[in-house]
Amino acid sequence: MGYDLAMRVWRGDADGGELRDFTVEVEEGMVVLDAVHRLQATQANDLAVRWNCKAGKCGSCSAEVNGKPRLMCMTRLNLFDPGETVTITPLRTFPVVRDLVTDVAFNYEKAEEVPTFAPGRPTGDDGHHRMQQVDVDRVQEFRKCIECFMCQNVCHVLRDHEDKKKVFAGPRLMIRYAELEMHPLDTNDRRDLLREEAGVGYCNITKCCTDVCPEHIKITDNGIIPLKERVADASFDPIAALGRRLRRHSPADDGTGGA
Amino acid sequence: MPVRTRPAPTADPAVTPRPVPAPRAAVGARTLRKDNWWVEPLVTVVVLVGFVAYGMWAALRNGNYFHDPYLSPFYSPCLTDNCLDNATPHIFGDISPVSPALIILVFPLGFRLTCYYYRKAYYRSFWWAPPACAVPDFRRGYQGETRFPLILQNIHRYFWYFAIIFAGLLTYDAVLAFIYDGHFGIGVGTGVLVVNAALIWLYSLSCHSCRHLCGGGLKRLSAAPLRRRVWARLSVLNRHHMFFAWASLLWIMATDFYIWLVASGHLTDAHWIA
Ligand code: SF4
Ligand code: SF4
Ligand code: FES
Ligand code: FES
Repeated sequence: MGYDLAMRVWRGDADGGELRDFTVEVEEGMVVLDAVHRLQATQANDLAVRWNCKAGKCGSCSAEVNGKPRLMCMTRLNLFDPGETVTITPLRTFPVVRDLVTDVAFNYEKAEEVPTFAPGRPTGDDGHHRMQQVDVDRVQEFRKCIECFMCQNVCHVLRDHEDKKKVFAGPRLMIRYAELEMHPLDTNDRRDLLREEAGVGYCNITKCCTDVCPEHIKITDNGIIPLKERVADASFDPIAALGRRLRRHSPADDGTGGA
Repeated sequence: MPVRTRPAPTADPAVTPRPVPAPRAAVGARTLRKDNWWVEPLVTVVVLVGFVAYGMWAALRNGNYFHDPYLSPFYSPCLTDNCLDNATPHIFGDISPVSPALIILVFPLGFRLTCYYYRKAYYRSFWWAPPACAVPDFRRGYQGETRFPLILQNIHRYFWYFAIIFAGLLTYDAVLAFIYDGHFGIGVGTGVLVVNAALIWLYSLSCHSCRHLCGGGLKRLSAAPLRRRVWARLSVLNRHHMFFAWASLLWIMATDFYIWLVASGHLTDAHWIA
């Protein structure tokens, strides 16, 4: 059954813009992205919108729907009353290109700053690396990230404090750090970097990143808090530091990776 | 020994200045959320203020906190000469008229103040940084937990060590609550204290620092099978940390209130003695 949907869409570019009202005929079962496409096809041919997979897997169609970050292709219209106006705006945290499209380059620049995976010398007799499933289980959660950058967008550190973009990498990058720090073969120690350049201390664990993640990655509980604890091991725990100094004399590897 | 790393400088900012970022979309309204996002911070403020008010009354009243064999958790361990119970040695001597609760309160208080969950709760509801997701911070400046005093949140694990001692002491109180004048018995108060000890254990063991120290901090979990198993169990508890945080908080209050009711003669404790 079709009905008329009241939509309010932000139109504009870097020089300015505004919310414009539209009425679009929609059918049951449609998602917000379908309604945007219908709007584009019927009334606003030049409306800029980014999308790709329509299956919640490419992370292109992130926008804010009624003030909340969402993947447009995964937001069904039956989430809203048929009489309710659905307001769609571009991600607020990044510079706007046009209409619903923003420039997310910031996230890639931050990604470049992460020291890459550095496996040590292979431990297998055959010259191959060996890992156990139990060691990679927790890392695999972070690999589900589709880089929709909604966590980066909603994080108040970046969203409300433009100057902090210089000093805080943001939640998406935090789980990248976590993935590497917890990797059983990785030999880098990124803890000083996390405390300083990546700015893990700016996160105040208020968990909005976790709330919006479409892949339901427990960004804060499983990524950022374990990183904060690792940083505490290295920088804020005199007893742990003493333990490390004592243990340095014994070569036994207890699997702590220096912790 | 792992190498400490720094990012390779991708470009020298002095030579290749970054283009000034284009402005964000001028959306206007500070938030477009239409739901009642303010309910959650409001409830948090009401409950936490209520707890602080009750806690102050409980800690300062310096009386009616012990009714043999029940000792209020606000006064456990009781370490001064003016204590009403004798469960623990009175190592602090006579400090009257100061309430014995004030000597020990810093430990549970510090534990909860630096708890990762309570931090979220009060940063959102009291600091408004942020009051709710996609609702802007109240203050323009922001330093997170990078400076004094909030950088001290990093010592949470030390409070956790004490929390484990306190959980042990509260368990001891719960055990003593089965002994009425040298005879085994069970009363309503016994049940209240047993639940209290159980919730405190669940809260303390589901702690994020605990999860890290017990095994989460390992790079290769397979290298330490026992710690891996402990870590896996604690991770299950950890998912419910928020629930345990509230449940244990409210129950401490209920426990103290019950003991006050009984000790002050407003209520008679029903119990059965063998
Ligand atoms: S938990 Fe930390 S990283 Fe996530 S949104 Fe909040 S402040 Fe940002
Ligand atoms: S962590 Fe989640 S919210 Fe953040 S970019 Fe990845 S998928 Fe998106
Ligand atoms: S279009 Fe790919 S995630 Fe929405
Ligand atoms: S007690 Fe909440 S995180 Fe430690």
